[in-house]
Amino acid sequence: MQIRGENLSCSRGGRGVFAGLNFSLSSGEALLVTGRNGAGKSSLLRMIAGLICISAGQVEVTGGAEDAPLAEQTHYLGHQDALKPSLSVAENLGFWAAYFGALPDAVEPALEAVDLAGLADLPAAYLSAGQRRRLAIARLIAAPRPLWLLDEPTSALDEPSQKRLAELMRGHLAGGGMIIAAAHGPIGLDRAREIKLGQS
Amino acid sequence: MNALLALLMRDIRLSTRVGGGALMGALFFLILVVMMPFALGPDLALLGRIGPATLWLGALLASLLALDRLFATDYEDGSLDLLMMGRMPLELAVATKAVAHWLTTALPLVIITPILGLMLNVELSAMGWLALTLLAGTPALTFIGLIGAALSVTLRRGGLLLAVLVLPLTIPVLIFGVAAANAAIAGPAPFGPPFTIVCALSLGSLVLGPFAAAAALRHGLE
Amino acid sequence: MAVIDLANPTRFLTLVNRVLPWLVAATALAFAFGLIRVAYAPDDYQQGATVKIMFLHVPAAWLGMMGWGVMTIAALGTLVWRHPLADVAGKAAAPIGAAFTFICLVTGSLWGRPTWGTYWVWDARLTSVLVLFLLYLGVLALYWTAEDPGRGSRAAAILALVGAVNIPIIKFSVEWWNTLHQPASIIRSGGAAIDASILIPLLIMALAFTLLFFTLHLAAMRNEILRRRVRNMRLMQATGA
Repeated sequence: MQIRGENLSCSRGGRGVFAGLNFSLSSGEALLVTGRNGAGKSSLLRMIAGLICISAGQVEVTGGAEDAPLAEQTHYLGHQDALKPSLSVAENLGFWAAYFGALPDAVEPALEAVDLAGLADLPAAYLSAGQRRRLAIARLIAAPRPLWLLDEPTSALDEPSQKRLAELMRGHLAGGGMIIAAAHGPIGLDRAREIKLGQS
Repeated sequence: MNALLALLMRDIRLSTRVGGGALMGALFFLILVVMMPFALGPDLALLGRIGPATLWLGALLASLLALDRLFATDYEDGSLDLLMMGRMPLELAVATKAVAHWLTTALPLVIITPILGLMLNVELSAMGWLALTLLAGTPALTFIGLIGAALSVTLRRGGLLLAVLVLPLTIPVLIFGVAAANAAIAGPAPFGPPFTIVCALSLGSLVLGPFAAAAALRHGLE
Repeated sequence: MAVIDLANPTRFLTLVNRVLPWLVAATALAFAFGLIRVAYAPDDYQQGATVKIMFLHVPAAWLGMMGWGVMTIAALGTLVWRHPLADVAGKAAAPIGAAFTFICLVTGSLWGRPTWGTYWVWDARLTSVLVLFLLYLGVLALYWTAEDPGRGSRAAAILALVGAVNIPIIKFSVEWWNTLHQPASIIRSGGAAIDASILIPLLIMALAFTLLFFTLHLAAMRNEILRRRVRNMRLMQATGA
């Protein structure tokens, strides 16, 4: 599977953010998007996810599920964790797993992969920021999709959790997946290509 | 189908748990209807005459105020983005949320209508018909309100904007709903025509509401 | 000049600057002609000269509805065809349509006082116009509360389309409601059969007001484009780019 972005440009609130951006990514490859605040890293990820309309340029997908739009083959990990405080850890993950088409028995292994299995019945309101981030990451494990769009995934994560995330990312790439991550610095992807936004 | 059921159950669960607001709609409805005699005086004849109208207006306002939170919480915690990336079309996801909302907010209203009808001196024999008109008409209120909820959440403005946008659009439902209820109570006008129109409006809004709301969410989240 | 050229704001502005003086002249001429005909139109045998409010009231009603029609077409242009100037057209049309609807309500009320003895009556037509006015207020509220003009325009476009579907339904409901509650119809505006001595001035005034609508509309579109340019310049100044 291959993704190519051609001549992408973005404007937020009438103001041009970036223009003429090109990138390409194949199975097993990772892309790191860096740049100062406001350079458009989050906007680029949201454009690829289909949440923001692409005003100029295009994103082409070859391979993968032919009839499904890119949004259905992508996981988006944004700044927010999309967790409901009144539902338990297992209920939160169980919902997203079911919504994204996974089987119920995928929840347990996903919780174990992020080391939250012991807290499965705890209401999500009692989780710390790092634990919430891990639960959001568990979503990516429970329902497999080829492309991961990660927006500052290591924020709120402590050292052991960051290492665990790096392992999960390596596993995803090894299985033929792709990752596009926006960050201020390295996040544990060894052989990622880098795109720096905000240099005109 | 699995995803649809999961979304439905999640929304119902969220609504019925602590902080959810499931019975808040019914409670507001109750309080609103109780306020009417304080404003109008305890004249039972007058209250009986405007009973159906009072109940319909109360149901309308209670539904509206609860709709405010329909998309707001999902928008605030980032769930809305993810809901748009599932395999289910956004129109269907939005409609599912509306159904969950109707079940947890409007259905309790309909159930306590007979009790409130007693307080407003509505005839006993007509109570069932009155509840039936609300049962048929509250889906229209929910699905039309869906449009206002979607429009106002992307602008991050709250309940008053929602009410300003939605109330004029619900006028037909109100007119025919109250007409059907009055016809059931007093006659001589037949109950059938206005009631079937209410049902038609509900069915129509079941289609128009989700499409307009999904379009509003898509264009608004850009 | 092809229609597609109108998509360019700068070219649109040059076109408007060229066309607007002629449009203003045509409007003034139509009004002059119309008002003369109105002055010579016969008084109603029952209402006297007050019936001449009709020459303002009826065109205002038509234009209120036409305003929503313009907004609907602009909405399709914004959401479906993605024409760059469509949202400007919609945003410019909304206040003008609302103003004409308001004029219709006020003149209807003023006409009602000497005719029926009351300033307001809940008859079908006035009530429908009132609901239309409320819908206009909803659209204006969307434009007003949106910090991001693009988002506000798209939200208003959706409401314009929803309104376009709903307005016939609302009209039908209000008429039905009115027959249910009113024992007899009160308004017979203009009489059952409109005589040519009334009809022709009415049509001329309608034409004059329509020209006025489009004059104001084009001028408003020009203002909106210039306003957005100022905003962009300020934004560029802020980011130092």
